[in-house]
Amino acid sequence: MSLKLEPTVEHIKNDKLYREMGISDEEFAMIEKVLGRLPNFTETGLFSVMWSEHCSYKNSKPVLKKFPISGPKVLQGPGEGAGIVDIGDGQAVVFKIESHNHPSAIEPYQGAATGVGGIIRDVFSMGARPIALLNSLRFGELTSPRVKYLFEEVVAGIAGYGNCIGIPTVGGEVQFDAAYEGNPLVNAMCVGLINHEDIKKGQAHGVGNTVMYVGAKTGRDGIHGATFASEELTDQSDENRPAVQVGDPFMEKLLLEACLELVKSDALVGIQDMGAAGLTSSSAEMASKAGSGIEMNLDLVPQRETGMTAYEMMLSESQERMLIVVKKGREQEIVDLFSKYDLEAVAVGVVTDDKMLRLIHRGEVVANVPADALAEEAPVYHKPSAVPAYFEEFQAMENDIPSVDDYKETLLALLQQPTIASKEWVYQQYDHMVRTNTVVSPGSDAAVVRIRGTRKALAMTTDCNSRYLYLDPETGGKIAVAEAARNIVCSGAKPLAITDCLNFGNPEKPEIFWQFEKAVDGMSEACRVFETPVIGGNVSLYNETNGTAVYPTPVVGMVGLVEDLDHVTTQTFKQAGDLIYLLGETKDEFGGSELQKLTYGRIFGKAPELDLTVEHKHQQQVLQAIRQGLVDSAHDLAEGGLAVAVSESLFRTELGAEIKLEGNAVSALFSESQSRFLISIKKENKEQFESLVDAATLIGEVTDSATLKISSANETLILSQVTELEKAWRGAIPCLLK
Amino acid sequence: MRFAVIVFPGSNCDIDMFHAIKDELGEEVEYVWHDQDSLEGFDAILLPGGFSYGDYLRCGAIARFSNVMKEIIKAAEAGKPVLGVCNGFQILLEAGLLPGAMRRNESLKFICKPVELKIENNETMFSGSYRQDEVITVPIAHGEGNYYCDEETLARLEENNQIVFTYNGENPNGSISNIAGITNEKGNVLGMMPHPERAVDSLLGGADGLKLFQSIVRSWRESNVVKA
Repeated sequence: MSLKLEPTVEHIKNDKLYREMGISDEEFAMIEKVLGRLPNFTETGLFSVMWSEHCSYKNSKPVLKKFPISGPKVLQGPGEGAGIVDIGDGQAVVFKIESHNHPSAIEPYQGAATGVGGIIRDVFSMGARPIALLNSLRFGELTSPRVKYLFEEVVAGIAGYGNCIGIPTVGGEVQFDAAYEGNPLVNAMCVGLINHEDIKKGQAHGVGNTVMYVGAKTGRDGIHGATFASEELTDQSDENRPAVQVGDPFMEKLLLEACLELVKSDALVGIQDMGAAGLTSSSAEMASKAGSGIEMNLDLVPQRETGMTAYEMMLSESQERMLIVVKKGREQEIVDLFSKYDLEAVAVGVVTDDKMLRLIHRGEVVANVPADALAEEAPVYHKPSAVPAYFEEFQAMENDIPSVDDYKETLLALLQQPTIASKEWVYQQYDHMVRTNTVVSPGSDAAVVRIRGTRKALAMTTDCNSRYLYLDPETGGKIAVAEAARNIVCSGAKPLAITDCLNFGNPEKPEIFWQFEKAVDGMSEACRVFETPVIGGNVSLYNETNGTAVYPTPVVGMVGLVEDLDHVTTQTFKQAGDLIYLLGETKDEFGGSELQKLTYGRIFGKAPELDLTVEHKHQQQVLQAIRQGLVDSAHDLAEGGLAVAVSESLFRTELGAEIKLEGNAVSALFSESQSRFLISIKKENKEQFESLVDAATLIGEVTDSATLKISSANETLILSQVTELEKAWRGAIPCLLK
Repeated sequence: MRFAVIVFPGSNCDIDMFHAIKDELGEEVEYVWHDQDSLEGFDAILLPGGFSYGDYLRCGAIARFSNVMKEIIKAAEAGKPVLGVCNGFQILLEAGLLPGAMRRNESLKFICKPVELKIENNETMFSGSYRQDEVITVPIAHGEGNYYCDEETLARLEENNQIVFTYNGENPNGSISNIAGITNEKGNVLGMMPHPERAVDSLLGGADGLKLFQSIVRSWRESNVVKA
């Protein structure tokens, strides 16, 4: 038999082998102190994954503390698989977003697919039935073959997993910018529904209770995935392909149904997904959270390959596995339950009272480490931060209005920008209807999913305009939350809470850390004003390729509650004769705008201003108007400004619009000033609407001409058949991919 | 009338089918796990969409060996209505209850969107409530819905009026003769790629699929009245 030779404890220390696992000299000294001896190879591996940024948040923790995380409706904040918010009637919504950026950069199909699989497990490990998926994607410009390949494969991977498991992918966003050329971002969000009494936690309570392993077998795939995710990408990253896992959505479907049956059983004590750092994180965290210990016999772990070492088993990130704790003596019930789904459930250990994670392999203790040291006591770093030179330069600039010769041609060009263009090519590959609850499909401001058996529904969206964040992370952070809230409000819902996925560059660079701090400051302030606490999320740092960071991209996933299905509102105009209003002030703001990018090929200057008080007031007024039945359509003004928003409200209808604007024509048409809404109402609601939404300006009327006409006081700015605009908007992405 | 919704490991439109029958049609319905030996007491059998056995090997190729398939074949032989939607259609093809085979969509991509269907034959037990040549809108959601059969089979399908639904206008997957749904010769087994159970509630965008289920009930009532 072949004997795998592992380095000795002295070898690890003297030759600094721990460095290859991402452990610093200081950290290694800490480990030595915690243990009172040198760690062996397996133990060094446990610390390396648990103390990676991905699992420990060692660089981001001090900043994350700024987020408001509680509220009267929050049932579970950050720290478990996913956060939970009460929605009344004994029901609650469970949601979380997570990144899978590095794996997707290397192996896009599997990277994206397993990102979806992982976030689904986070939600059903809480005991919730997943009801919807969303995502947020960033790629380089859609011009190089590599970017096209990444884009097509990531979309296919998300579709492949979500479609097979039968959870509708109802929304998301895709943006393209050269900043993401070598480091795409793939963030997946899952939303679940639960009854309060079914809420489960990942805690190993009850000394003597049995630790069971359920789901797929363990293989050598994904070893050190968490460590890999905590490093920058380089030209050599392809060599890390073995750190990318392979997904099996069919297995996960069986695991999902079995676990949802399991959470109804009083034999279950705790349950946690084996996600990043697999068996290590699930066992150490479950023990640590419960103040207990766990002893596991690794010989009993179901294995897909022969001859696996303890190190390999503990660090494997094989997919579709869960660790559960069940009451002693009830194991057979669990085995029977899982066998109905042709799944294995195997007792692999017991809960102990010594707070140690103890691993036994082939009759020997191969690791004996305090669970708290792994799960809770990772070092915390307060990184230095520094204001980047570019920021001060941008702040000193005057607002610049790009010059436009032909307004219609400019509108057509904007509609063809991949970030603005129709994402039909993407979402038609996602089954967004399965489970027959999708009331508003992808393509409107937020997706709306009804809660069967009630009059309620959930609105959900993901948002982040990272260009604003690059120009000004604090303002951009506020805008990301505000835009998400505007989208939720436009669909007729009250924002409840957010989950965030904080994608940044290397935090060891002071300028990057400054971006991170400022973005969190801005987001926190917005969350406080909107009363939408952060109930969970994920930090993805080291998003750099060969030393260049992505734009700061803290993606906001927001969920809102529609109190009555009658309130559900979409962005499209409904009938000729309706009045069109613009709510919110238009300023000469083009920093980070689509028009600026289109005109100059780069972005600069100040991000659009955001006054949170004004923003909140507008949101509340719009929601109130919707709830009073005064609104026929509502649409958030975002990339491309008013002209793009009006066009989008006309697409998929046979209607037209006549609009009259004042002030500088370029700003009126294309500025990206914040806190603005485009609203259409029936004529008979005019008086009531105007008294409620006092700052709204009547700018035009919906017509039956299928023509868009926008004019200023003395000239026609844009006159176009809607079909011409729609064709450009729809055709752009398929055309770029050909 | 009592409907059975067969649940294979990996079925995922089972719940949608169940609610379409119970909430919108207002008839009795039960889930039947794939390992069951009996379908007694059921008047109609529904095979829902999804990815049975992960679509590994070939769509429907493993599900057809399920225990319950023997009973489904028996029910089909007894003349009971058997409806397979999407993956259900693929399983019926694999089981030989319907002729032909399925290929990947011409675009090689999964497609989910509402499509227009034309009623080619309104004299089946599944289409009696539609008008002949009526155009309806029903969603599709599949990666392998490109139906194919040889010329001889196609001629037979046409001659026996076994083609019930065709795609109207754009053919989303490249199927032969724009076929979206066919019956067996006897007319009591229907396989179709579009999802009628997703089109039973105007809140979700349309209710054109409801008449399909109403047709089944109507035909069952008529034949039972005759028997009584």
